[in-house]
Amino acid sequence: MAKKVAFLQGNEAAAQGALYAGCKFFAGYPITPSTEVAEVMSVELPKVGGKFIQMEDEIGAMAALIGGSLAGSKALTSTSGPGLSLKQELIGYACIAEVPCVIVNVMRGGPSTGMPTGPSQSDIMSAKWGTHGDHPAICLVPASVQELYEETIRAFNLAEKYRTPVMIMPDEIVAHMRERIVFAEPGEIEVIDRTAPTVEPSKYKPYDTSFGDVPPLAAFGSGYKFHVTGLNKLPDGFPTTKAEYVQAEEERQVRKVEGNAADIMKWEEYLCDDADIIVVAFGSTSRSARFAVDEARKQGIKAGLFRLITFWPFPEARLLELSKKAKGFITPEMNLGMSHGVVKAAVEGNAPVLGIFRVDGEPINPGQIIDKMKEVK
Amino acid sequence: MSFDYDKYIRPGKLPHIWCPGCGHGIVMKGLIRAIDACGLKKEETAIVSGIGCASRLPGYMDCCTLHTAHGRAAAFATGVKMARPEMNVILVGGDGDGTAIGGNHFIHACRRNINMTYIILNNKIYGMTGGQFSPATPTGAKASTTPYGNPDPAFDIAKLAIGAGATFVARGTAFHANQIDKLITEAIQHKGFSVVEILDDCPTTYGRRNKFKSVVEMMNHLKDIAVPVKAAEKMSPEQLQGKVLTGVLHKEEKPEYTEQYAQVIERAQAAK
Ligand SMILES: Cc1ncc(C[n+]2csc(CCOP(=O)(O)OP(=O)(O)O)c2C)c(N)n1
Ligand code: SF4
Repeated sequence: MAKKVAFLQGNEAAAQGALYAGCKFFAGYPITPSTEVAEVMSVELPKVGGKFIQMEDEIGAMAALIGGSLAGSKALTSTSGPGLSLKQELIGYACIAEVPCVIVNVMRGGPSTGMPTGPSQSDIMSAKWGTHGDHPAICLVPASVQELYEETIRAFNLAEKYRTPVMIMPDEIVAHMRERIVFAEPGEIEVIDRTAPTVEPSKYKPYDTSFGDVPPLAAFGSGYKFHVTGLNKLPDGFPTTKAEYVQAEEERQVRKVEGNAADIMKWEEYLCDDADIIVVAFGSTSRSARFAVDEARKQGIKAGLFRLITFWPFPEARLLELSKKAKGFITPEMNLGMSHGVVKAAVEGNAPVLGIFRVDGEPINPGQIIDKMKEVK
Repeated sequence: MSFDYDKYIRPGKLPHIWCPGCGHGIVMKGLIRAIDACGLKKEETAIVSGIGCASRLPGYMDCCTLHTAHGRAAAFATGVKMARPEMNVILVGGDGDGTAIGGNHFIHACRRNINMTYIILNNKIYGMTGGQFSPATPTGAKASTTPYGNPDPAFDIAKLAIGAGATFVARGTAFHANQIDKLITEAIQHKGFSVVEILDDCPTTYGRRNKFKSVVEMMNHLKDIAVPVKAAEKMSPEQLQGKVLTGVLHKEEKPEYTEQYAQVIERAQAAK
């Protein structure tokens, strides 16, 4: 049987990916340029017995998301810059209480209301540092409608597998463009569900590390009674200020993600093996970069593209390795140098890193990238 | 036979953190009696709170308990209830938590008329952070941040709930301990969003600054100002000066939110 094919907008594809992953709960608040995700979920969720709720603001949406997930539903919200800022306190709550959930954040110009309809890539630092305190961060940055669909499925898998919030951050161009997409057949892509406890309810502890760094999570209403808090906690979920527990728990929460970075990280190397100049790019910018690399090769410049698909955890070890041979790196991005700093730190001074930064609401074009290549000595 | 509170208290979690003379414990006992009277199963009951002294209550209860972030209990609880409408969902929190930082979630939970019971422990102050004024602090009162007397007017929380659309609203006090469980029982049995405000002035951070000499004096004050709604009907406006009405203040039937959403599901599936 031929596969189902459609011509879809990025945001619609994200919603379809969530449904494929078994999402049964959506809580959100409208904001351009992410609203289509909510609109599709409001149509589709009730058809599969799921629940859609439009909350009074993004804080409420994030709160309801965590509540829905704790009650056992795979949960999604969608937002954009200003809404992401409002969600941050409770993203930290989901990190420390270890509640799986997925946040689609479509990147538009900022800070504040900024440019609501203009593309941007300036929320990638918010994904890691937006909420206070030490915490794990997973952030996916797809570059096409197909990839947004597939990465949304993966975002749910990672959230459920590691009991943590996962952010998926298409820029406005990826979220709003329309492309052909091929839907996965049922069973074609693996769908992961959180591990439920097998111990009898009276023995259950929601943070029992004897089961490993990711303890099983019961659902409220499934026969298990337990306590959830945003305070630093003991394995039984109750608050503690005991130094040895607090230190060990914080380290474990970060280790869940950093220690499994190899499983989480994804990137694509295009002509990097013999490249003198490596362009490190993500999202819609990486599409211009690929075009630029092909053009540069025609002009005799040995260029390559390192395309990030996860931004956090960041593949610094691989970039360090490539920096031993490369003569220079270029980081084109729709912000004022966010990935630039991260790439610079990764390559440890082995090669210069030149940035192309745009925050005027216009995409970065291949010509700009080729011009920059010519500056590498 | 005396009532067995231990059946609902989490083993090993007492003593509680509340000060001697704090009314929050009296409300917890009332809640336990109400849960028992309603026959709620512990594993099918979620107790959700925000942050504050009052919000520590769920930790002592042997149920599914969710201690959230400051002000957000109603929104977390809405998620739990939507995902599992068959669960009994009870919210607990302070006046600051519910009507300042959480005011938006509070009024919208009232508006949706989602079937949950919200118990607001109104001690007139931010207790946990040491006595700053809250939206329930009376004008003129002293708080750590109103050293010259509070310039702000106070909310009437029960009226706020009624105005926002809650379909059951009641008020009691920590002095009238035997009434608390009856009000909460009726609230739990009501289908829709029910609000029970319990006045339990904080002796440590409110009473001390506002010339109450003892907890006993504060309790007597609650006794003096409380007027049951029935009795109030026979009183003149002059006689009601400085009094607060107690008992069931409002009750009406309106469509409940999770039932409304169940109809959305039916319509969506019929159109499929
Ligand atoms: C976002 C946020 N802001 C401020 C605080 C600090 N804080 C903790 S409890 C509290 C006030 C609690 O007062 P109330 O809700 O009336 O409960 P009470 O302690 O009086 O029972 C405040 C302001 C916080 N925890 N989180
Ligand atoms: S500070 Fe006030 S509200 Fe908090 S426990 Fe003490 S008496 Fe109760």
